[in-house]
Amino acid sequence: MNKPRPLYLDNASTTRCDPRVVEVMLPYLTEAYGNSGSRNHAFGWEAEEAVEKAREQSAALIGANAKEIIFTSGATESNNLAIKGAANMYAKKPEGQTGRGHIITALHEHKAVLDPCKRLQKEGFDVTYLQPPADGVITVDMVAKEIRPDTILVSIMWANNEIGTINEIPAIGKLCHDKEIIFHSDGTQWVGKMPTDVERDNIDLLSWSGHKMYGPKGVGALYVRRRKPRVRLEAIFDGGGQERGMRSGTLNISGIAGFGKACELCQHEMQAEGERLLKFRNRLETELAKAIEVTQVNGNASKRVPNITNISFGFVEGESLLMGIKDIACSSGSACTSASLEPSYVLKSLGVGDELAHSSLRLSMSRWTTDKEIDYTIASITKAVLHLRKMSPLYDLFKEGVDISKIQWQTH
Amino acid sequence: MAYSDKVIEHYQNPHNVGSFGSSKEVQARKDVGVGIVGAPECGDVMQLHIQVSDAGVIQDAKFKCFGCGSAIASSSLATEWIKGKTVDEALAIKNTEIVEELSLPPVKIHCSVLAEDSIRAAIEDWKKKNGHATAVDTHAVHAH
Repeated sequence: MNKPRPLYLDNASTTRCDPRVVEVMLPYLTEAYGNSGSRNHAFGWEAEEAVEKAREQSAALIGANAKEIIFTSGATESNNLAIKGAANMYAKKPEGQTGRGHIITALHEHKAVLDPCKRLQKEGFDVTYLQPPADGVITVDMVAKEIRPDTILVSIMWANNEIGTINEIPAIGKLCHDKEIIFHSDGTQWVGKMPTDVERDNIDLLSWSGHKMYGPKGVGALYVRRRKPRVRLEAIFDGGGQERGMRSGTLNISGIAGFGKACELCQHEMQAEGERLLKFRNRLETELAKAIEVTQVNGNASKRVPNITNISFGFVEGESLLMGIKDIACSSGSACTSASLEPSYVLKSLGVGDELAHSSLRLSMSRWTTDKEIDYTIASITKAVLHLRKMSPLYDLFKEGVDISKIQWQTH
Repeated sequence: MAYSDKVIEHYQNPHNVGSFGSSKEVQARKDVGVGIVGAPECGDVMQLHIQVSDAGVIQDAKFKCFGCGSAIASSSLATEWIKGKTVDEALAIKNTEIVEELSLPPVKIHCSVLAEDSIRAAIEDWKKKNGHATAVDTHAVHAH
């Protein structure tokens, strides 16, 4: 790791684990290596104490009671447990039959929500995938229109991982409570970044992950409401009955201790951090738009989390753009690396043209991002886009006044 | 994914970037063949302009490319290879040779196919303009 490392603007993928978090974790890998399930000796008690402290810290971040927190391996597991667990628990008909109940989600959800829903469809549930509007924001009205008498579960993410747009979560939660439908939200890109209160925001099930908020990888949580209504889930893992029977398996003590600390740090720092990151995001968006013609910020202009921006640079393909800024680690909506040649399904679901989807970059910042890094990023992206536009046949056509969408391309 | 050194070199210093004029201008030139292959929604479009002598020798070639680094490198390499060749020699270039030269991984083979297609399309265009017998027309058609 002695090579110069790229500047890191891919924090929506994962964040650096905060050194203060690592410090809390280390003892549980060395001296305090007990199993929290060992009830009859000091090693076990020590581990249990660490887990319970983390449970308090996690609950405090989202306005929950510690008893409502289930530790998991991450948001993918939390989403699977919430969606499959609730669907199977509240199914209208037994396994093997059709018409077991209706679920509402959206097309631009993370695969960790979409794929569990697809599996449930095969197992006899009906799923409605809401089509997001051009700004990417799922409103309460969109959900209300799709509710049926047999709707048992609504799963809508809080903030989108690719474009950072914020859905109308408190209102959707209220609607679900009024209709007595279980409401799950994937809060992976939200919790720890934005103020969260499961009571005020009407959440029944909330997933989030440690490594997106300066905690370790491999640990996450699921909030499971205990009162009004008491939500029950059918477990996915059977075994020792840990985590109130909802998630068997020996607990990842060091990971959970770190997760708790990460939650505590986010709770204290999110406000100042959010204000700082919003300034960075605004600078990136306005200065890049000023330097480069035909750029487009994807998603609603204001309803977005402060740490993520997704920008399309017309006439330039995303992967080649990444190559031109290889000292900046970030993501592209172009899926040129995949065999399918399909660009980001999230951008496509918003109706962003395929060509602009291929031309997109996602830049996501962290608590360690600096002004200097933002300056450097703006300069590098500008240089790379201009380099590529000199080679771009599409840019020439644009300059000649040809409407690219009217050309009959030879697709392959 | 790691790119080969040759891909990076072509990306940073692409050979023969450019054109022999606007789309209207090259359409009117009999000595220039134009090949545009791919589609923006697939994430790659290659444009190849070739200038061909009466004797059928490719005297100059220019490319433009909207696509990933491997697509840019494939088209840059194609222009290098076809310059000075007769159209028949250029038609003999196989995408597998481009794959080998640039050490393209399997997911990038389509970039080399596109480069081969652009050579064919440009030559077909030149042949058509000059009354030579052509194979099946493969190049993109501009809808007016």
